[in-house]
Amino acid sequence: MIGLQHYLVVSAILFVMGVLGIFINRKNIIIILMAIELILLAVNLNLVAFSAFLGDLVGQVFSMFVLTVAAGEAAIGLAILVIYFRSRGTIAVDDANRMKG
Amino acid sequence: MIQLFAFYLFACVMVAAGALTIFARNPVHSVLWLIVAFFNAAGLMVLVGAEFIAMLLVIVYVGAVAVLFLFVVMMLNIDFAELRAGFVSYLPFGMLIALVLLAEILLGVGIWQAGPVELAGRAAPVPTDMHNIEAIGALLYTRYIFLFEAAGIILLVAMIGAIVLTHRARSGVRGQNIAQQNRRNPKDAVVNVNQPVGQGVEL
Repeated sequence: MIGLQHYLVVSAILFVMGVLGIFINRKNIIIILMAIELILLAVNLNLVAFSAFLGDLVGQVFSMFVLTVAAGEAAIGLAILVIYFRSRGTIAVDDANRMKG
Repeated sequence: MIQLFAFYLFACVMVAAGALTIFARNPVHSVLWLIVAFFNAAGLMVLVGAEFIAMLLVIVYVGAVAVLFLFVVMMLNIDFAELRAGFVSYLPFGMLIALVLLAEILLGVGIWQAGPVELAGRAAPVPTDMHNIEAIGALLYTRYIFLFEAAGIILLVAMIGAIVLTHRARSGVRGQNIAQQNRRNPKDAVVNVNQPVGQGVEL
Protein backbone atom coordinates (compact mmCIF):
# COMPACT_ATOMS: atom_id res chain seq x y z
CA MET A 1 0.00 0.00 0.00
CA ILE A 2 1.11 3.58 -0.53
CA GLY A 3 2.58 5.04 2.63
CA LEU A 4 4.14 8.27 3.74
CA GLN A 5 7.61 7.00 2.83
CA HIS A 6 6.67 6.69 -0.83
CA TYR A 7 5.65 10.32 -0.97
CA LEU A 8 8.75 11.42 0.91
CA VAL A 9 11.02 9.59 -1.51
CA VAL A 10 9.27 11.01 -4.58
CA SER A 11 9.40 14.56 -3.30
CA ALA A 12 13.04 14.09 -2.25
CA ILE A 13 13.88 13.09 -5.83
CA LEU A 14 12.01 16.11 -7.19
CA PHE A 15 13.73 18.42 -4.70
CA VAL A 16 17.17 17.14 -5.68
CA MET A 17 16.26 17.59 -9.32
CA GLY A 18 15.51 21.24 -8.65
CA VAL A 19 18.86 21.70 -6.91
CA LEU A 20 20.62 19.99 -9.82
CA GLY A 21 18.81 22.31 -12.22
CA ILE A 22 20.23 25.33 -10.40
CA PHE A 23 23.73 23.87 -10.56
CA ILE A 24 23.84 22.88 -14.22
CA ASN A 25 21.99 25.87 -15.70
CA ARG A 26 24.12 28.43 -13.96
CA LYS A 27 23.82 31.03 -16.72
CA ASN A 28 20.18 30.77 -17.68
CA ILE A 29 18.16 32.47 -14.97
CA ILE A 30 14.83 31.41 -16.48
CA ILE A 31 15.68 27.75 -15.93
CA ILE A 32 16.96 28.62 -12.44
CA LEU A 33 13.58 30.15 -11.60
CA MET A 34 11.84 27.04 -12.93
CA ALA A 35 14.11 24.88 -10.80
CA ILE A 36 13.10 26.92 -7.76
CA GLU A 37 9.47 26.24 -8.67
CA LEU A 38 10.29 22.52 -8.78
CA ILE A 39 11.84 22.74 -5.31
CA LEU A 40 8.77 24.50 -3.94
CA LEU A 41 6.56 21.90 -5.59
CA ALA A 42 8.48 19.15 -3.80
CA VAL A 43 8.05 20.97 -0.50
CA ASN A 44 4.32 21.32 -1.14
CA LEU A 45 4.07 17.62 -1.88
CA ASN A 46 5.79 16.88 1.41
CA LEU A 47 3.44 19.13 3.35
CA VAL A 48 0.35 17.62 1.76
CA ALA A 49 1.60 14.06 2.30
CA PHE A 50 2.30 14.67 5.98
CA SER A 51 -1.05 16.41 6.33
CA ALA A 52 -2.90 13.49 4.80
CA PHE A 53 -1.09 10.69 6.60
CA LEU A 54 -1.09 12.33 10.03
CA GLY A 55 -4.68 13.51 9.70
CA ASP A 56 -3.91 17.15 10.34
CA LEU A 57 -5.27 19.85 8.03
CA VAL A 58 -2.71 22.53 8.92
CA GLY A 59 -0.27 21.06 6.42
CA GLN A 60 -2.66 21.79 3.57
CA VAL A 61 -3.33 25.31 4.82
CA PHE A 62 0.39 25.97 5.03
CA SER A 63 0.89 24.48 1.59
CA MET A 64 -1.48 27.15 0.30
CA PHE A 65 0.68 29.88 1.78
CA VAL A 66 3.76 28.34 0.17
CA LEU A 67 1.88 28.46 -3.12
CA THR A 68 1.11 32.17 -2.60
CA VAL A 69 4.71 33.05 -1.89
CA ALA A 70 5.86 30.98 -4.88
CA ALA A 71 3.51 32.89 -7.17
CA GLY A 72 4.73 36.24 -5.84
CA GLU A 73 8.34 35.16 -6.14
CA ALA A 74 7.87 34.11 -9.75
CA ALA A 75 6.20 37.42 -10.64
CA ILE A 76 8.89 39.57 -9.00
CA GLY A 77 11.72 37.39 -10.32
CA LEU A 78 10.47 37.61 -13.88
CA ALA A 79 9.95 41.38 -13.54
CA ILE A 80 13.55 41.79 -12.40
CA LEU A 81 14.63 39.54 -15.26
CA VAL A 82 12.78 41.72 -17.77
CA ILE A 83 14.37 44.97 -16.58
CA TYR A 84 17.79 43.27 -16.40
CA PHE A 85 17.37 42.17 -20.00
CA ARG A 86 16.29 45.67 -21.00
CA SER A 87 19.39 47.29 -19.56
CA ARG A 88 21.97 44.61 -20.43
CA GLY A 89 20.55 42.90 -23.52
CA THR A 90 21.32 39.46 -22.12
CA ILE A 91 20.18 37.29 -19.26
CA ALA A 92 23.51 35.60 -18.57
CA VAL A 93 23.65 36.01 -14.81
CA ASP A 94 27.05 34.48 -14.17
CA ASP A 95 28.70 37.82 -14.93
CA ALA A 96 26.16 40.03 -13.20
CA ASN A 97 28.40 42.33 -11.20
CA ARG A 98 26.79 45.73 -11.59
CA MET A 99 26.18 46.12 -7.85
CA LYS A 100 29.72 44.95 -6.99
CA GLY A 101 28.27 42.68 -4.34
CA MET B 1 -4.24 -1.91 -6.70
CA ILE B 2 -5.46 0.86 -8.98
CA GLN B 3 -4.21 3.32 -6.38
CA LEU B 4 -0.76 1.77 -6.41
CA PHE B 5 -0.67 1.90 -10.19
CA ALA B 6 -1.83 5.53 -10.23
CA PHE B 7 0.77 6.50 -7.65
CA TYR B 8 3.65 4.99 -9.61
CA LEU B 9 2.36 6.43 -12.88
CA PHE B 10 2.07 9.96 -11.49
CA ALA B 11 5.37 9.72 -9.62
CA CYS B 12 7.36 8.42 -12.58
CA VAL B 13 5.90 10.93 -15.02
CA MET B 14 6.46 13.76 -12.56
CA VAL B 15 10.11 12.88 -11.97
CA ALA B 16 10.72 12.42 -15.69
CA ALA B 17 9.07 15.77 -16.44
CA GLY B 18 11.17 17.42 -13.75
CA ALA B 19 14.33 15.99 -15.30
CA LEU B 20 13.31 17.17 -18.76
CA THR B 21 12.55 20.63 -17.34
CA ILE B 22 16.15 21.15 -16.31
CA PHE B 23 17.75 19.30 -19.23
CA ALA B 24 15.67 20.63 -22.14
CA ARG B 25 17.57 22.63 -24.75
CA ASN B 26 14.75 25.06 -25.42
CA PRO B 27 13.29 26.99 -22.45
CA VAL B 28 9.83 26.86 -24.03
CA HIS B 29 10.02 23.07 -23.80
CA SER B 30 11.21 23.48 -20.22
CA VAL B 31 8.07 25.43 -19.36
CA LEU B 32 5.87 22.81 -21.00
CA TRP B 33 7.58 20.00 -19.07
CA LEU B 34 7.14 22.05 -15.90
CA ILE B 35 3.39 22.12 -16.62
CA VAL B 36 3.40 18.32 -17.01
CA ALA B 37 5.18 18.01 -13.65
CA PHE B 38 2.60 20.26 -11.98
CA PHE B 39 -0.31 18.24 -13.37
CA ASN B 40 1.18 15.01 -12.09
CA ALA B 41 1.90 16.51 -8.69
CA ALA B 42 -1.75 17.54 -8.56
CA GLY B 43 -2.65 13.94 -9.34
CA LEU B 44 -0.47 12.73 -6.48
CA MET B 45 -2.22 15.15 -4.15
CA VAL B 46 -5.65 13.98 -5.26
CA LEU B 47 -4.57 10.43 -4.42
CA VAL B 48 -4.16 11.29 -0.74
CA GLY B 49 -7.39 13.26 -0.62
CA ALA B 50 -6.16 16.85 -0.82
CA GLU B 51 -8.38 17.90 -3.71
CA PHE B 52 -8.41 21.59 -2.92
CA ILE B 53 -4.64 22.00 -2.96
CA ALA B 54 -4.45 19.90 -6.11
CA MET B 55 -6.92 22.11 -7.96
CA LEU B 56 -5.20 25.22 -6.61
CA LEU B 57 -1.90 23.88 -7.91
CA VAL B 58 -3.35 23.47 -11.37
CA ILE B 59 -5.02 26.89 -11.35
CA VAL B 60 -2.18 28.90 -9.84
CA TYR B 61 0.84 27.17 -11.29
CA VAL B 62 -0.41 26.10 -14.69
CA GLY B 63 -2.83 28.95 -15.18
CA ALA B 64 -0.70 31.80 -13.90
CA VAL B 65 2.92 31.04 -13.16
CA ALA B 66 3.69 28.79 -16.13
CA VAL B 67 1.93 31.16 -18.53
CA LEU B 68 3.96 34.03 -17.07
CA PHE B 69 7.14 32.04 -17.69
CA LEU B 70 6.00 31.32 -21.23
CA PHE B 71 5.32 35.00 -21.86
CA VAL B 72 8.74 36.06 -20.63
CA VAL B 73 10.58 33.31 -22.51
CA MET B 74 8.85 34.21 -25.75
CA MET B 75 9.03 37.98 -25.25
CA LEU B 76 12.76 38.25 -24.64
CA ASN B 77 14.94 37.73 -27.68
CA ILE B 78 17.64 35.56 -26.15
CA ASP B 79 20.37 33.46 -27.68
CA PHE B 80 19.82 30.31 -25.65
CA ALA B 81 22.65 28.39 -27.30
CA GLU B 82 25.14 30.83 -25.81
CA LEU B 83 23.56 30.41 -22.37
CA ARG B 84 24.09 26.68 -22.53
CA ALA B 85 27.84 27.03 -22.80
CA GLY B 86 29.44 25.39 -19.79
CA PHE B 87 26.50 23.07 -19.31
CA VAL B 88 28.67 19.98 -19.66
CA SER B 89 31.43 21.32 -17.43
CA TYR B 90 28.96 22.06 -14.63
CA LEU B 91 27.35 18.64 -14.96
CA PRO B 92 29.77 16.41 -12.96
CA PHE B 93 29.94 18.76 -9.98
CA GLY B 94 26.17 19.29 -10.02
CA MET B 95 25.55 15.56 -10.23
CA LEU B 96 27.92 14.99 -7.31
CA ILE B 97 26.14 17.56 -5.14
CA ALA B 98 22.73 16.21 -6.16
CA LEU B 99 23.64 12.60 -5.43
CA VAL B 100 25.09 13.48 -2.03
CA LEU B 101 21.98 15.49 -1.19
CA LEU B 102 19.67 12.71 -2.36
CA ALA B 103 21.59 10.10 -0.37
CA GLU B 104 21.37 12.26 2.73
CA ILE B 105 17.64 12.85 2.37
CA LEU B 106 16.90 9.19 1.65
CA LEU B 107 19.01 8.18 4.66
CA GLY B 108 17.00 10.57 6.78
CA VAL B 109 13.68 9.27 5.43
CA GLY B 110 14.81 5.68 5.94
CA ILE B 111 15.93 6.16 9.51
CA TRP B 112 13.00 8.35 10.48
CA GLN B 113 10.31 6.65 12.52
CA ALA B 114 7.02 8.37 13.18
CA GLY B 115 7.14 7.36 16.81
CA PRO B 116 4.03 7.44 18.93
CA VAL B 117 2.03 10.16 17.22
CA GLU B 118 -0.32 11.76 19.66
CA LEU B 119 -3.47 12.05 17.64
CA ALA B 120 -5.03 14.28 20.27
CA GLY B 121 -2.14 16.69 19.84
CA ARG B 122 -2.96 17.51 16.24
CA ALA B 123 -3.47 21.20 15.57
CA ALA B 124 -6.50 20.72 13.32
CA PRO B 125 -7.72 17.12 13.02
CA VAL B 126 -9.34 16.26 9.70
CA PRO B 127 -13.09 16.37 10.31
CA THR B 128 -14.95 13.27 9.21
CA ASP B 129 -18.27 14.94 8.38
CA MET B 130 -16.93 17.52 5.93
CA HIS B 131 -15.35 17.50 2.50
CA ASN B 132 -11.76 18.57 2.08
CA ILE B 133 -12.62 21.98 0.62
CA GLU B 134 -15.21 22.70 3.28
CA ALA B 135 -12.83 21.73 6.07
CA ILE B 136 -10.02 23.90 4.70
CA GLY B 137 -12.39 26.82 4.31
CA ALA B 138 -13.65 26.43 7.86
CA LEU B 139 -10.07 26.46 9.10
CA LEU B 140 -8.78 29.19 6.82
CA TYR B 141 -11.49 31.74 7.55
CA THR B 142 -11.42 31.29 11.30
CA ARG B 143 -8.14 30.34 12.88
CA TYR B 144 -5.84 31.36 10.04
CA ILE B 145 -7.71 34.47 8.90
CA PHE B 146 -4.79 36.81 9.63
CA LEU B 147 -2.32 34.57 7.84
CA PHE B 148 -4.77 34.41 4.95
CA GLU B 149 -4.97 38.19 4.76
CA ALA B 150 -1.19 38.43 5.02
CA ALA B 151 -1.00 36.14 1.99
CA GLY B 152 -3.33 38.52 0.17
CA ILE B 153 -1.09 41.46 1.06
CA ILE B 154 1.94 39.55 -0.23
CA LEU B 155 0.20 39.04 -3.55
CA LEU B 156 -0.79 42.73 -3.70
CA VAL B 157 2.77 43.84 -2.98
CA ALA B 158 4.11 41.42 -5.58
CA MET B 159 1.66 42.75 -8.16
CA ILE B 160 2.48 46.41 -7.48
CA GLY B 161 6.18 45.60 -7.40
CA ALA B 162 6.08 43.83 -10.74
CA ILE B 163 4.19 46.72 -12.34
CA VAL B 164 6.50 49.39 -10.88
CA LEU B 165 9.60 47.45 -11.89
CA THR B 166 8.62 46.83 -15.48
CA HIS B 167 6.76 50.07 -16.16
CA ARG B 168 8.67 52.34 -18.48
CA ALA B 169 7.76 55.98 -19.09
CA ARG B 170 8.35 56.48 -22.80
CA SER B 171 9.40 59.92 -23.99
CA GLY B 172 8.05 61.48 -27.15
CA VAL B 173 4.53 60.18 -26.71
CA ARG B 174 1.76 62.78 -26.98
CA GLY B 175 -0.74 61.97 -24.32
CA GLN B 176 -3.85 63.89 -23.36
CA ASN B 177 -3.34 66.41 -20.55
CA ILE B 178 -6.86 66.91 -19.24
CA ALA B 179 -5.97 69.54 -16.64
CA GLN B 180 -4.28 71.68 -19.25
CA GLN B 181 -7.27 71.32 -21.54
CA ASN B 182 -9.65 72.41 -18.83
CA ARG B 183 -7.50 75.41 -17.84
CA ARG B 184 -7.47 76.75 -21.39
CA ASN B 185 -9.59 79.84 -21.88
CA PRO B 186 -11.11 80.90 -25.25
CA LYS B 187 -9.98 84.50 -24.54
CA ASP B 188 -6.29 83.46 -24.63
CA ALA B 189 -6.70 81.31 -27.68
CA VAL B 190 -8.88 83.25 -30.14
CA VAL B 191 -8.53 86.90 -31.16
CA ASN B 192 -11.04 88.87 -33.20
CA VAL B 193 -9.30 91.29 -35.57
CA ASN B 194 -10.96 93.96 -37.63
CA GLN B 195 -8.48 93.90 -40.46
CA PRO B 196 -8.09 97.05 -42.58
CA VAL B 197 -8.01 96.55 -46.32
CA GLY B 198 -4.54 96.44 -47.90
CA GLN B 199 -2.48 95.53 -44.85
CA GLY B 200 -0.93 92.25 -43.81
CA VAL B 201 -2.23 90.42 -40.79
CA GLU B 202 -0.03 90.82 -37.72
CA LEU B 203 0.40 87.48 -36.12
